[in-house]
Amino acid sequence: MNLDDRVPPPGAALVEDLDKRLLVQLRDGRKLIGTLRSFDQFANLVLEGAVERIVVGNLYAEDPLGLYVVRGENVVLLGDIDGADDPPAVLQKVSIQDIRQAQRAEKEQEKIKKSMKARMDFLDFE
Amino acid sequence: MLFYSYFKTLVGKEVTVELKNDLAIAGTLHSVDQYLNIKLYNIRVINEQLYPHMKSVRNCFIRGSVVRYLQLPPNSVDVELLHDATRREARGS
Repeated sequence: MNLDDRVPPPGAALVEDLDKRLLVQLRDGRKLIGTLRSFDQFANLVLEGAVERIVVGNLYAEDPLGLYVVRGENVVLLGDIDGADDPPAVLQKVSIQDIRQAQRAEKEQEKIKKSMKARMDFLDFE
Repeated sequence: MLFYSYFKTLVGKEVTVELKNDLAIAGTLHSVDQYLNIKLYNIRVINEQLYPHMKSVRNCFIRGSVVRYLQLPPNSVDVELLHDATRREARGS
């Protein structure tokens, strides 16, 4: 194997994102935003000045968290939002209380939908 | 490392990555590593209205373990070549 064939360690591509503001999508659906300060081959991350961005419909709120270490297995995607138009213009900022309420309302809606569907399934409708 | 080598030949091509959480992202393949982590540039999210938070993301890194499918441009798949490479890899040479 000559020098040019040497394989970079997994995750090395994240070097380019160090010290950038990133949107981290987690496996449980949560979205964290923070400055990437460190990472390793498993995509374990250190995020400085992290906030959780809670999005419901076209409303959003940000919950300040501080310094976060994320275990790599929970990471889905890291999006570069440095310098981009962030937050997106379609999203409207509301208070944390309001977003929690919107979350509860959405959950309730889903529950109703689910129970309706369960009844339909029972009746064997398409 | 056959698939790693293969995906490396696709760098610069337009691909669509479907994730296990049903999110599908199209973009230009920028890099790939041994874990098949993928970096896409100039991304476009399929069904974007469902994922408004992704609107501010231009470039992204996707962890290999969350990928379900990769949709490739059909003309970039040389089945014969892959076939040969598979046999060579199996022989360990």
